[in-house]
Amino acid sequence: MTAWLVEWLRYLVTPLTVHGALIFIIFNLLVLSAAFMVWMERKVCAYIQDRLGPNRVGYAGWKQPFADVIKLLTKEELRPKAADAVLFAIAPIISAGTAFAAFSVVPFGTSTTLWGFLPEPVPLEITDVNVAVLVIFAITSMGVYGIVLAGWASNSKYSLLGGLRSSAQMISYELSYGLALAAVIMMAGSLSLREIVLSQSGYWFGFIPKWYLWPQLFGFFIYMCAGVAETNRAPFDFPEAEQELVAGYHTEYSSMSFAMFFLAEYVNMVTVSAVATSLYLGGWLGPFLPDWLDWIWFMVKVLALLFFYVWMRWTLPRYRYDQLMEFGWKWLLPAAVLNLLYTAALVLWLQG
Amino acid sequence: METAAFYIFAAIAVIASLFVVGQRNPMYSVMLLITSFGALAGLYVLLDAPFTAVTQIIIYAGAIMVLFLFVVMLLNVPREEPAPSVAAGLLGPTGLKIGAVLSGLLAIEMVWALSRLPSRYFNPDQAGQVSDVRNIGQVLFTQHAFAFEATSVLILVAMVGAVVVARKEH
Amino acid sequence: MVPLTHYLVLSGILFAIGTAGVFLRRNMITVLLSIEIMLNAVNLTFVAAGRQLGSVDGQIITFFVMTVAAAEAAVGLALVIALFRHRETLSPDAFTSLKW
Repeated sequence: MTAWLVEWLRYLVTPLTVHGALIFIIFNLLVLSAAFMVWMERKVCAYIQDRLGPNRVGYAGWKQPFADVIKLLTKEELRPKAADAVLFAIAPIISAGTAFAAFSVVPFGTSTTLWGFLPEPVPLEITDVNVAVLVIFAITSMGVYGIVLAGWASNSKYSLLGGLRSSAQMISYELSYGLALAAVIMMAGSLSLREIVLSQSGYWFGFIPKWYLWPQLFGFFIYMCAGVAETNRAPFDFPEAEQELVAGYHTEYSSMSFAMFFLAEYVNMVTVSAVATSLYLGGWLGPFLPDWLDWIWFMVKVLALLFFYVWMRWTLPRYRYDQLMEFGWKWLLPAAVLNLLYTAALVLWLQG
Repeated sequence: METAAFYIFAAIAVIASLFVVGQRNPMYSVMLLITSFGALAGLYVLLDAPFTAVTQIIIYAGAIMVLFLFVVMLLNVPREEPAPSVAAGLLGPTGLKIGAVLSGLLAIEMVWALSRLPSRYFNPDQAGQVSDVRNIGQVLFTQHAFAFEATSVLILVAMVGAVVVARKEH
Repeated sequence: MVPLTHYLVLSGILFAIGTAGVFLRRNMITVLLSIEIMLNAVNLTFVAAGRQLGSVDGQIITFFVMTVAAAEAAVGLALVIALFRHRETLSPDAFTSLKW
């Protein structure tokens, strides 16, 4: 009976349905990871502040994000009368859309055949273009529009200031982001994320993995700084700080549109962490697990970086806006250029 | 499948460009131009040029259009006086009349001339050679190295010039 | 398969739309946007022709065109800002004092 069912299901397997299923699974995983991030942030924040955090809704408060979503869904959707209707509506869509789209080229495992069910192995990613790193960079730079349009279309001074500051910060830190990426691309010799991860396989002395973290320690630091500033988080979140500008560019948004901005911020964090693991921490490569469970290593590394993100937010004070811009242009950008020069020298030296 | 994609992207590009030109709110014009650039990036992917497609999004849609958007928001001119329709353009002041007629003539002439070319299809064997980023880098930095360096000087000059020209006189 | 002429015709139409924008619009920013449309049409021609000849040169020229377009947009917008500060209007009809 089950053999007949499996045979019939195999009839449905075409490249289109396989890709559709992958997209569906990854999309849902991203949304669930955003919900998980909400819970983790509140729990970690609570423990750092020596209190318990949410513990009413479910065992350790694990149902808290779902309760938050239900609350947000049932709120009234407001729109200021003088707001530009079209732009007000599409701004959260652009933010959330670009956040999800950037994850389309991130690989998170070797290929799997679902234990022989699929006729040929399917690599665990949505697609693999040979310019994958640039695609992520391009989609991240499109995310600026969501914020700019949100700030402008709300027709309120706080929103406009917050939106302009936030977008200026994002485009300033994109430069260091791109230069840190360029250094890794030089070392790997390819722009495809899958090939960059595969070129980090192997061990030195049998137990030190050949990650790009070791020759690029400075580059990793630059990348994480730029990534944190890109997602408007942790010490660089002046434009959306509660005490400064009401709530920055999403002041006038309520219910689902606000939830979209929130979702976009968390999914951007996940994307930056996922790209950082692929570039610097060896992606899905790890010692003990068999081939088809490699994605567990990927999730462990991404979770470590996300914990680091949350830890930074609740430990460090935030930069003032002019300090933030000065850091981005006068310190991080020259550092990224020097890192690039150092990497070029290293590559030349290693090639003999 | 590929022809369908070509027609979809071409339709998006042309319709978005038409709305950019015929539309009164400058914010909407900028956003429509961004969609037009996105459609063009799709066309570049169809032409086996993924690097150019991604560069188009990064530079044009991600940087130049942000600059336009900031200037539109800074100057805050809400709507211009009604754009003349085609009929008013033909009957309006002399400049507009000549302009509308000339643009129409240009469109018709180009379509007529270009569609009389014999149909030449792309060679599928050359796809890999054209889309390889390593190839682009090698040609760019060896044969066109001087133009590359001159472009960097050009950008520096433009940056300094823009700051000086737009500065407030005290 | 799409032949080369389809791409050239599309690029011609886009170029004509850009030219119409430059002639017909009374807002300097939209004039600059129309110039960007024209430059994009030219980029499309270059990439299509490069693909036809199997050479990478088309994409390289595109690279330079994009860079020059960025520089020109920056300086053009700075000029628009400076002019706006003088006359408080963005219409090119306000700056005709050098016409005879």
